[in-house]
Amino acid sequence: MFNTNNLSYRAAFILLIKRDLTIAIRHRDDTLNPLLFFVIVVSLFPLGIGPETNTLARIAPGIIWVAALLSTLLSLERLFKADYQDGSLEQMLLSPYPIFILVLAKIAGHWLISGLPLLFVAPLLAVLLHLPEQSFGALMLTLLLGTPVLSLIGAIGVGLTVGIKKGGVLLSLLVLPLYIPLLIFATSAIDSATMHLPFSGQLAIIGALLVGSLTLAPFAVGAALKVSTN
Amino acid sequence: MPLLTANQLTCIREDRILFEHLSFSVNAGDIVQIEGPNGAGKTSLLRILAGLSLPYDGDVFFQQKNIHANREDYHQQLNFLGHLPGVKGEMTAQENLAFNLSLSGLDPTTAEQTLQHVNLMGFEDSLASHLSAGQHRRIALAQLYQTTAPLWILDEPFTAIDKQGVQALERLFLKHATNGGAIVLTTHQDLSIAATDIKKIHLAYRFF
Repeated sequence: MFNTNNLSYRAAFILLIKRDLTIAIRHRDDTLNPLLFFVIVVSLFPLGIGPETNTLARIAPGIIWVAALLSTLLSLERLFKADYQDGSLEQMLLSPYPIFILVLAKIAGHWLISGLPLLFVAPLLAVLLHLPEQSFGALMLTLLLGTPVLSLIGAIGVGLTVGIKKGGVLLSLLVLPLYIPLLIFATSAIDSATMHLPFSGQLAIIGALLVGSLTLAPFAVGAALKVSTN
Repeated sequence: MPLLTANQLTCIREDRILFEHLSFSVNAGDIVQIEGPNGAGKTSLLRILAGLSLPYDGDVFFQQKNIHANREDYHQQLNFLGHLPGVKGEMTAQENLAFNLSLSGLDPTTAEQTLQHVNLMGFEDSLASHLSAGQHRRIALAQLYQTTAPLWILDEPFTAIDKQGVQALERLFLKHATNGGAIVLTTHQDLSIAATDIKKIHLAYRFF
């Protein structure tokens, strides 16, 4: 009577992403909150600093990247919190699929929901901050390669703090220092582009961060979740 | 050969020993009820057996193999239901069940007809956030009608379930045991299953 079932890793991956996207679409206010935060923070700077072109263009890369970083931090809590509270995280850990597949799907879902939308509004905000034309490519490329890193590294912090009642502060303390290298190289790439210098070096380092975290973070998150649910 | 073997399990929580050197085995066809007052360590024991928690000392074996050494194999053979139903309020009853079934590697297209078994006909398309606690529980329990896993570990499966529901579940448990499955469960309710068909493990509350 008892037989083994067909398990396809790809099917599990797609299944979980689909579920998370469905939930995100049905829970719109929660999903839009980090994006709104990003837009509001960036658009406040010209008002606070004054509309002087040179000043704004000088600080634009930093502002956009810091805002992206904080907006990711805002959305990270949601990554495993709801699943932890309603018990579906336990069911995931007990599923016959390897944990890293499921974790990778959760992180991919998180990036699609809160990382990808930043890429669409970033060019508009860059115009608002008078970012020079030649820097747009660098901005988009760093965001494209960098926002998945934010989700991946952030997930480790969430995995470790998900069992703690008020883990928000701890999460920021754990995760923000790990974001600093990314922030430095991303803004430096955009600055280089502004000065018409090549920025492929910085981009390569961000790419390396992406590959490194993509391969290692899911295992770290899986282990962290096991500790948190112990 | 026993299906599940607990060997010298010791569990310590908050500096209190919940149980010490606990050994038992569960054979195919067994229904094992873990008894004991609140705080005696029933849930901790079930979580250790499922592989969710690590014991302070001791090992759990499934078909003579350590459960942590081959996690994926074990979890294919296991259906665990914890305190929390794991139901998403943003999804409908049917979507929730279909997801649970797929996650266990089962056919999700059977979700609609499976909901009949747990009296949720007519609620397939209701968002779970509009359903009651008992109905959430029923969505989680519905999976038991489809699962092919021989070992069921159920923590308080009857919580918030009405009388008819409890009877239906007891029938399902007996059928599963007769078919060669095994069930480990905790409950504070008196089961109507005959005493000869059920094994009991009593955990006492310890103060130190």
